[in-house]
Amino acid sequence: MRIGVFVCHCGSNIAATVDCPAVAEQAKNLQDVVFTTDTMYTCSEPGQNEIIEAIKEHNLDGVVVASCSPRMHEATFRRALERAGLNRYMLEMANIREHVSWIGKDKERNTVKAFELVSIAAAKLRNNNPLFANKFDVTKRVLVIGGGVAGIQAALDCADAGYQVVMVEREQSIGGKMAKIDKTFPTVDCSSCILGPKMVDVAQHENITLYAMSEVEKIEGYVGNFDVQVRKKATYVNWDDCTGCGACMEKCPSKKNLDAFNEGISKCTAINIPFPQAIPKKAAINPEGCMMLKKGKCGVCAKVCPTKCIDFEQKDEILTEKVGAVIAATGYDMFDHSVYKQYGAGQYPDVITSLQYERLMNASGPTGGHIKRPSDGKEPKKVVFVQCVGSRDPAVGRPYCSGFCCMYTAKQAILTKDHIPDSDSYVFYMDIRSPGKGYDEFTRRAQEQYGVQYLRGRVSMIYPKGDHYVVRGADTLAGTQVEVEADLVVLAVGAESAKNAPALAEKMRISYDSYGFFMEAHPKLKPVETNTAGVYLAGSCVGPRDIPTSVGQGSAAAAKVMTLFSKDKLESDPQVSSVNASRCVGCLKCAKTCPFGAIKEVTDRGGNVKAEVIETVCQGCGICTVTCPQGAIQLQHFTDNQILAEVNALCQAQLDF
Amino acid sequence: METIPLNSPDKDFIREVQERSGQNVQSCYQCGNCTAGCPYNFAYDVSVSRIMRLVQLGQREAVLKSHSIWLCATCQSCTTRCPNSIEVAKIMDVLRHMAREAGYATERNVKAFGDAFLESVEKHGRVYELGVTASYVKKTGRFWTDVDLAPAMLPKNKLSIKPHEIRGKEHVAEIFKRYRERDAAKENR
Repeated sequence: MRIGVFVCHCGSNIAATVDCPAVAEQAKNLQDVVFTTDTMYTCSEPGQNEIIEAIKEHNLDGVVVASCSPRMHEATFRRALERAGLNRYMLEMANIREHVSWIGKDKERNTVKAFELVSIAAAKLRNNNPLFANKFDVTKRVLVIGGGVAGIQAALDCADAGYQVVMVEREQSIGGKMAKIDKTFPTVDCSSCILGPKMVDVAQHENITLYAMSEVEKIEGYVGNFDVQVRKKATYVNWDDCTGCGACMEKCPSKKNLDAFNEGISKCTAINIPFPQAIPKKAAINPEGCMMLKKGKCGVCAKVCPTKCIDFEQKDEILTEKVGAVIAATGYDMFDHSVYKQYGAGQYPDVITSLQYERLMNASGPTGGHIKRPSDGKEPKKVVFVQCVGSRDPAVGRPYCSGFCCMYTAKQAILTKDHIPDSDSYVFYMDIRSPGKGYDEFTRRAQEQYGVQYLRGRVSMIYPKGDHYVVRGADTLAGTQVEVEADLVVLAVGAESAKNAPALAEKMRISYDSYGFFMEAHPKLKPVETNTAGVYLAGSCVGPRDIPTSVGQGSAAAAKVMTLFSKDKLESDPQVSSVNASRCVGCLKCAKTCPFGAIKEVTDRGGNVKAEVIETVCQGCGICTVTCPQGAIQLQHFTDNQILAEVNALCQAQLDF
Repeated sequence: METIPLNSPDKDFIREVQERSGQNVQSCYQCGNCTAGCPYNFAYDVSVSRIMRLVQLGQREAVLKSHSIWLCATCQSCTTRCPNSIEVAKIMDVLRHMAREAGYATERNVKAFGDAFLESVEKHGRVYELGVTASYVKKTGRFWTDVDLAPAMLPKNKLSIKPHEIRGKEHVAEIFKRYRERDAAKENR
């Protein structure tokens, strides 16, 4: 075999703490290595051309690149090998950046380690074989999880491109947080007026199947061929027949249930349609409030329903769908401010969250768009907004900035003045974060035109005094303590990951961060992709996002799905297990341990039981290879021989620098 | 107001405050929550969040000459409220010690009370209230200070005529002795 070794400087990323020329020079002594060099940037065009030319000139049949992590550039170098006519699996990478230069400062020891990694890679390469991908069909349907604005945008784009979309929404209606909001910043246009038509489009689009009150139970399979189980939760209303007339809501005697859509500031009936523009506009029974479901007495809704669609016997249903791609757009939840004892721990009726305030201002909200204090229904004249509640506060485990609170607070302060012209608004802020088109002008407008008093400092306590509240904070610009008497206090609560987001991430086999937000494949270059092929992300499930960004990401994720679906066949990864039938004794221990169900039982011509790998299902984890008592099942590209060669090389590596 | 020259911060000062308090002053992002909750802010000349800022900027003189560090009651509101979990009250305590060592005592009476209190503890192993009062009055000449509290304290036996000595008061005195020896050794070095 003829091997070439290319040691990359990565500018000074590697060369500053590794003697790259010395590593290249020493590599000449390795078995079968016939050419070595060190280059400034191996991944650059001249760097790749150098590899291609060396392959031709020195008749190489394998290449070792010592540079960064294969996560970064393995695909780049594999393509370079293919351009030179070699099989892409005749490449080995030695990670001398993340595993060496970035983690150690001792140049001498780094150089030794870098050489050891190169010798391991060369030893493995000597045992490599060309591998070839198989082709398989793509199911050109997409699953969109979450019906907020990001999911709606993604679903509509895919549907308009002609692909079938399955949308799964946990709540009774799509629309997400945007449906609850009164107006949007910085244009102050009506939220439901711009979202509503899109929601209707989802309902009416022939390519979209909508499952509301449903959750993803299970996702199996792989890119192009996912099998999805959806749990359709019991609504106790037959939605095929429900016309959304609302007769049941008028007559239901159980009227004191928590109104989740109105963020708990009002009560609703046990059978309910959350809001007039709901999509689908269907009633559902809350089993915790329904007398019939709890005690077996009542059934008024069933009597008044003109279409007889109430079904108290309804059970959860499990549906299965086949899709080729998944877009997760599961959004976020609001921070629970009850941990702030100094702000009343959620016990003061007139200390409310920003989203509750949106419902108070919203014309379709419980007060018909008139701002009234929850305690006594009076119009507040002094409103204090407290920013960064559950944001940028390491003490409550939320060190990150939620990004959009500065803007919505400015909007709410402006709207307060519009609703109640003789009111005064105060905003306690730490820093105003308004980096968006027209955003900073908007916060300035709140201060300059609307006279909102901005105070730079946190609030240390809120306490009731008579029929109002005293807010004590700091104005760090004035350098002292300040107190404001308020009729209503609005806490700008931050965003946190959606409830059960980690569990869903595990179903999709994608990563999530320590706060439960989903991880992108690359925070800058792959913002809507994940490390699991065929699974894409959009909106606030990745981290707090405002509406324009969520919409943009919905479209971006849809574009990625369309790119995937533009191919009729996908190539499978040949780095999967394969069975050497002559050594297999048919014990099928491998089939029992395989977590993906990728091994099936077959019978050969002699009637002997053998194991066989379903290539498209196998994920290449290698559990079967360590289970097999015969060593008959081997993970391609990571065979026992290849790994032992690496171990031997590591134990033998000697060098004198 | 004075212009603060930022090119030559007193890094030793910052380091000393951090080492003695065990706190990282750079983790303060100046939200002002300490000032917002401080019950003694009304008496301060420099608010506690500004003290933190001046420490970050290495302004030894401005900090150690402030009255605030002597007026702090160590109620720990600042420590409790700090979103970055900085023990601000501990920093104030360290600054008070440093000011004392550097010979600053902008609130003479506070220092006099501290001295009187410690003298009493050294002598009796615990506080002898009348003794502290006498010593404080002697140091400050403030004869009528808190005299209105006496009628309430006397019937409750809180102002005994004779000191209550504790058992093993010599061990307490030993602590003071060790402290002075260590201090002297430090100075000789």
